[in-house]
Amino acid sequence: MKELLMGNEAIALGAIMAGVKVVAGYPGTPSTEVLETIAKRNPGKIHVEWSTNEKSALEVAAGAAYTGARSIVTMKQVGLNVASDPLMSLNYVGVKGGMVVYVADDPGPISSQTEQDTRHFGKYAKIPVFDPATPEEAYEMIQDAFAYSEKYGMPVFFRATTRVCHSCATIDVGEFPEPTEGEGFIKDTSRWVIFPKLSYESKKKLEAREVELAKEFSKLKYNFITGTGRIGIACGGVSRAYVCEAVNDLDENKDIFSIFNVGTPYPFPEDAALEFINSIDKLICFEELDPVIEDAFTYLLGKHNIKLEILGKRTMDVPNAGELGVVSITKILAGLTGKEYTESQERFKDLPDIPGRPPVLCAGCPHRASFYAVKQAMKGRKAIFCGDIGCYTLGNAAPLDMTDTCLCMGAGITIAEGLDYAEFDKDDRSVKFAFVGDSTFFASGITGVINGVYNKANIVVCVLDNSTTAMTGHQPHPGIGKTMMGDVSNAISIPKVLEAIGLTKVVTVDPLNQEEAINAVKELADLPGVKAIIFKSPCVAIVKTKKSAEVDRDKCIGCKKCINELGCPALYMKDGRACIDKALCTDCGLCKTVCPVKCIKEEA
Amino acid sequence: MKSLLLCGVGGQGTVLASRILAQAAMEEGKFARTAETIGMAQRGGCVVSHVRIDSKDCSPLVPLKKADILIAFEPGEAVRNLPYLKPEGIVIVCDNPICPVTASLAGIEYDSRKMIDYIKSKVERVIVVDGNKICEECGSSKVVNVALVGTIIKTGAAELSEESVKKVLKDKLKPEFLEMNMKALTLGMEYAI
Ligand code: SF4
Ligand code: SF4
Ligand code: SF4
Repeated sequence: MKELLMGNEAIALGAIMAGVKVVAGYPGTPSTEVLETIAKRNPGKIHVEWSTNEKSALEVAAGAAYTGARSIVTMKQVGLNVASDPLMSLNYVGVKGGMVVYVADDPGPISSQTEQDTRHFGKYAKIPVFDPATPEEAYEMIQDAFAYSEKYGMPVFFRATTRVCHSCATIDVGEFPEPTEGEGFIKDTSRWVIFPKLSYESKKKLEAREVELAKEFSKLKYNFITGTGRIGIACGGVSRAYVCEAVNDLDENKDIFSIFNVGTPYPFPEDAALEFINSIDKLICFEELDPVIEDAFTYLLGKHNIKLEILGKRTMDVPNAGELGVVSITKILAGLTGKEYTESQERFKDLPDIPGRPPVLCAGCPHRASFYAVKQAMKGRKAIFCGDIGCYTLGNAAPLDMTDTCLCMGAGITIAEGLDYAEFDKDDRSVKFAFVGDSTFFASGITGVINGVYNKANIVVCVLDNSTTAMTGHQPHPGIGKTMMGDVSNAISIPKVLEAIGLTKVVTVDPLNQEEAINAVKELADLPGVKAIIFKSPCVAIVKTKKSAEVDRDKCIGCKKCINELGCPALYMKDGRACIDKALCTDCGLCKTVCPVKCIKEEA
Repeated sequence: MKSLLLCGVGGQGTVLASRILAQAAMEEGKFARTAETIGMAQRGGCVVSHVRIDSKDCSPLVPLKKADILIAFEPGEAVRNLPYLKPEGIVIVCDNPICPVTASLAGIEYDSRKMIDYIKSKVERVIVVDGNKICEECGSSKVVNVALVGTIIKTGAAELSEESVKKVLKDKLKPEFLEMNMKALTLGMEYAI
């Protein structure tokens, strides 16, 4: 049946078509919808889980593949850093059932900390990489990825980028088969237990496999040449779509180009690439993130002693950071052909400056209240606020300005500890706060808390518990008691975990009760050791209220304190008085506590 | 090929609108692509949805100067995205300003009238849709997206029929919301007459 599918949905359905049996992952934009879609469309016999983090997820998928069943693990690119320990070793051990490691890269970056390139990781780990250009190609390619994985007994990378993950296309979806069950786990210590001897033997096999696969991939349909022009363009992933449109836009000049598409950047299809080199006079490479294809060509030229001009990121002809697009590529290609090209329009030369609109915490978001309580409690004191990954990273923006550091998942807690140890012998130490969300706490916060208790750090851990993984679209986690299989499981209690670790004090407060929250912060800030406050209040994007607040415009003195202190998107000024956008406001009540003349009330 | 750019503020429902349009195209046997902003920007940031109908060999994103129709759920976002419009392209803009927090904090005046006047001074065909009025008439604040879909198809510039959009709405929406959205669609269409 023909369906409009997002790239991630296409990959999910492709995996079901390939008979996947076990699916594990950790949410992360732009990868999340793959696992969600498999859960939603599960014909019944597929195990789907959000694991606590990417390392757990990868190990779960590996265990399943040891039995001969097919498995997939999903994550975003920085999640791969977390999963890299098991993955590096897994490639030496190998798998029995097909196992795909799905990693979503994020050129831009649009919603990530880094512009890292998983194609490099493939080369480093010696794991083949499949790189689709469109959702429709991804649907087919993922099925081949499973087949290759199984044929060679190796995990394979399936890497997509944001514009493939989050774009939709019309795709003809087939009838779902039964999952591949495999023969079950068969004991064999010489195969499943990694030892230096096994690794030495495996390394030799990996090297041989690289050569063999490069040959095989040269004939693969995803590595292909179109056109016969003497200016060669090499591209891969979504860049191919941009290149195709850009070349078409060059009208009469389009025949001077030929395009080499690389669908498997590692192992690089050298034979096919050589053939291409021999048919062109000049090469330009368009790819996002790192110059992986470009470097492969440069290497090939050296290896075969061929002279050819290569333009790309290394020569600064193509931008080396951020996304590519039709316009940027058209401009570069037009430059090569001496054609005039301008993307600007004369009529919009005087386009007025529209104020920027960066993302903000939702109106009524409980995180705003938590941050504000800590800010109020620490007024006039030396304090450092370490943030983490989630919606609450947005607490960095004015006017809250409550995120002094943010590094990676779980790092807020341990960075705070490091900040504290650096001044352990000083008298006027600042108070260190670590903000961590509930899902992040389970993913990688607990070990950091244990570290702090063991090594005697003085920090206040603020767990912002909104009962969901909000940033990535509200996934369940171990604290909620619901699984992706639709089952109820034991909800793991964050305060009980913290108490068991042996913190100085653990309290739970409702951040919307500002007085209680501020008092708790004041009290804990002065206690020694590791303390925790759990700010518990649900994410307003899932627990909707019909209520909203209202400004009594006769009483409002127009002081703007509500706006300047909170930055709630529902609040704005109109004719010198505050106004509340009813459609956005959730009546969280925070602005009521701030207003000096108490003129904000629940709407009648 | 037809290229549509829908823009607005995270939470306004641009994604649903682009999906309805793409699915309506599929109903008519055309190949459709969309690309959407998903992730952090959905929290009240600028969002854009791209719809490209009837061409396989194209970028999922509408390049500058190539949109046949620019559909803005918010006047400021319409201005911001004008460079995407084709010289002969149409602008459909919902006159329902959402003041960015940055403007509120900086005390910058955010005047939607001026923005719409600017667009009218530069673009030949501009359709201003009164989103609040439609919402009041339909009794829901969540129908602007479907109303704008109505305006889009009625202009004829997307070459999509009313029947295919109605079929998609019937397939996609929960029955209890159908009537309300059908009304919004009709009200939206009236603006393009
Ligand atoms: S009550 Fe005040 S702070 Fe809370 S959502 Fe409404 S306007 Fe914003
Ligand atoms: S989605 Fe939830 S947690 Fe995220 S900003 Fe909105 S209310 Fe806050
Ligand atoms: S804080 Fe109160 S008095 Fe001051 S602008 Fe806001 S609503 Fe008006």
